[in-house]
Amino acid sequence: MLDPYKIREDFPILKRKINNHPLIYFDSAATSQKPRQVIEAIKEFYEKHNANVHRAVHTLSQEASELYENAHEEVAKFINANGMEEIIFVRGTTEAINLVAYAWGLRNLKREDEVLVTLMEHHSNIVPWENLSKINGFQVKYAEVKDDGTLNYEAFENAISDKTKIVCLPHVSNVTGVINDVKRVVKMAHECGSLVLVDGAQSVPHLPVDVKDLDIDFLAFSGHKMLGPTGIGVLYGKRRVLEEMEPFHGGGEMIREVTFDTITRRCSISWNDLPWKFEAGTPNTCGGVGLMAAVKYLKDVGMENVKAHEETLTGYVMHLVQECKKVRIHGPKDASVKCGIIPFGVDGLGSHDVALFLDGYGIMIRSGFHCAQPLHEKFKLKSSARVSFYVYNTREEIHRFVDVLKETERF
Amino acid sequence: MSIVEDYVARIEETCGEERDFVVMFKYDKKDEAITKILEKATIKKSISRIIFELTFRNISFRLYGTGKAIFRNLKDNDELKKILCDLLL
Ligand SMILES: Cc1ncc(COP(=O)(O)O)c(C=O)c1O
Repeated sequence: MLDPYKIREDFPILKRKINNHPLIYFDSAATSQKPRQVIEAIKEFYEKHNANVHRAVHTLSQEASELYENAHEEVAKFINANGMEEIIFVRGTTEAINLVAYAWGLRNLKREDEVLVTLMEHHSNIVPWENLSKINGFQVKYAEVKDDGTLNYEAFENAISDKTKIVCLPHVSNVTGVINDVKRVVKMAHECGSLVLVDGAQSVPHLPVDVKDLDIDFLAFSGHKMLGPTGIGVLYGKRRVLEEMEPFHGGGEMIREVTFDTITRRCSISWNDLPWKFEAGTPNTCGGVGLMAAVKYLKDVGMENVKAHEETLTGYVMHLVQECKKVRIHGPKDASVKCGIIPFGVDGLGSHDVALFLDGYGIMIRSGFHCAQPLHEKFKLKSSARVSFYVYNTREEIHRFVDVLKETERF
Repeated sequence: MSIVEDYVARIEETCGEERDFVVMFKYDKKDEAITKILEKATIKKSISRIIFELTFRNISFRLYGTGKAIFRNLKDNDELKKILCDLLL
C-alpha cells in the first residue's frame, strides 16, 4: 500500500498555506505537483551536465546525450514499449496527437475515409482531426457516450467500418475519470484494418499501462500530469507504423544527411533513425531528465498502488458526499470503474463559484468545461466543478473538502 | 478607468456556457477594494466574510473574501470595467 503521508514529505509545495489554510491540491488532472527528486534532477542537470545533445564530441555533450537517451529508455520500460525507438519526446499530449494527425494523417487520410473519435474527448483529440479534415476532406465521426458517462461500445462497433482509418479515444476521461475498455476497442478497430490512437493523458499517470498488452498503435501522454516538468510529453508509436511515417517537423537532429546536388541545385535529404526522425531541433533535454526522475518515482511507488489509492479516495468522497443535500456527482459513482476524478455541481452555485469558495479554504479545484465541451453538452451541463486526486492526497483532505462543501449549502 | 488598474490584477473570462468574468484584485489592495465594494453594493446574502451575494445597479455578482469577484451576464469586458470603475471610485 502507498503511504501518502510519507509521499507528501517529498513535495515541498504541499507545505504551503493558501488564504491562511493548509494547501489542499485537488487539481492533479490539470497538472500534478512535483517531488523533490524531480526538482533535484532538473537542478543537477543544469548544474552538472548541460550541453546540446547528439551534436558534439565533448564530454558534457556525451553526458547530456546519455541522460536524454536513458530518459527515452526509462519511459519505454514504464509503458512496456519495445525500446526507445518507439518513444518520441514532444511537448505534451496535444503535440503528440498533432504529430500523428499531420505526420500520418495528412499523407494517409483520403476524402472517402473516416476518423472515429468519441464524445468524451479532450479538445486536443478533436481539433487536430477537424482541422485536418478541412484539408483532406475526410469525415470525423463521434462515437456516443451513455448517460452514465461510459462509452457506448455497441454504437462504437456500429460506427467502425472499412472506411475508418484511425480510431481515437481517451483511456481515461478527464471529466468523469471513466476508464475505457481499450482492448475491446482495439479488437474492433484492428478487425476493420484501422489504427488506434489512445490519449493516455489521464491514464499513464494513474494506472499501469502496457502498450503491448493493449496492442495500441499510438499512445500520447504528458509529463507534467505524472509528477514531471511541463513542456515534455511522449508519443509512443509501434515501430512498424513509425517507420512508415514521414517526419512532422524538419530541421537539425532529425536528418542523417542533407546533400546538395550542384547540377539540379536541390538538396536531397535522408532521415535519422527512430525516434530522432521525429525530434527536430534541440530537444527539451532537461524536461526529458525530469520526466525520467518522475517515472522512476512512480515505479518506486508502484502503479497498482497509485490506482488502488485513488480508488480508495474516490470511494471515500462518494460515501461522504451523501451527507450533502445540494451536491450532485456527475458520471459513474462506482469508484472501481474510474480513476480519481470526480465532476460535481452544487445546486444554486455555478462551478466557478464553487471553485472560488473552496479556494478561500485553500482547496484548489478545477471548474468550467475542462476542455471537453461536447461531453458537457451531452450531459446538458453548463460547466462542472472537478476534484482530482494523486499519490499525495489523503483522507483527511477529503474530510476537510466535504466539510467545506457543506458550508456552501448554507448559501 | 485607471482606478480599475489600481485595484485589479487580472480579469479572467471563464469557460463554460455562463461566460463568467472572474476579477482578481491586487493582493495588497484587496481589503480596500472589498471595503469600497461593500459600501456601494447591496448585500443579498453572505456566509461569514467568505462569500457575499451583492447587487449594484440591477447587476448581481459575488464577492469573495479572498479578493476575487465573479460577474455574469455582462455584455463584454468594457461593461465590466465600467461597473468596476463605479464600484471602486
Ligand atoms: C484527456 C486529456 N487529453 C489531453 C490533454 C492535453 O494535455 P496537454 O495540455 O498536456 O497537452 C489533457 C489535459 O488536460 C487531458 O486531460
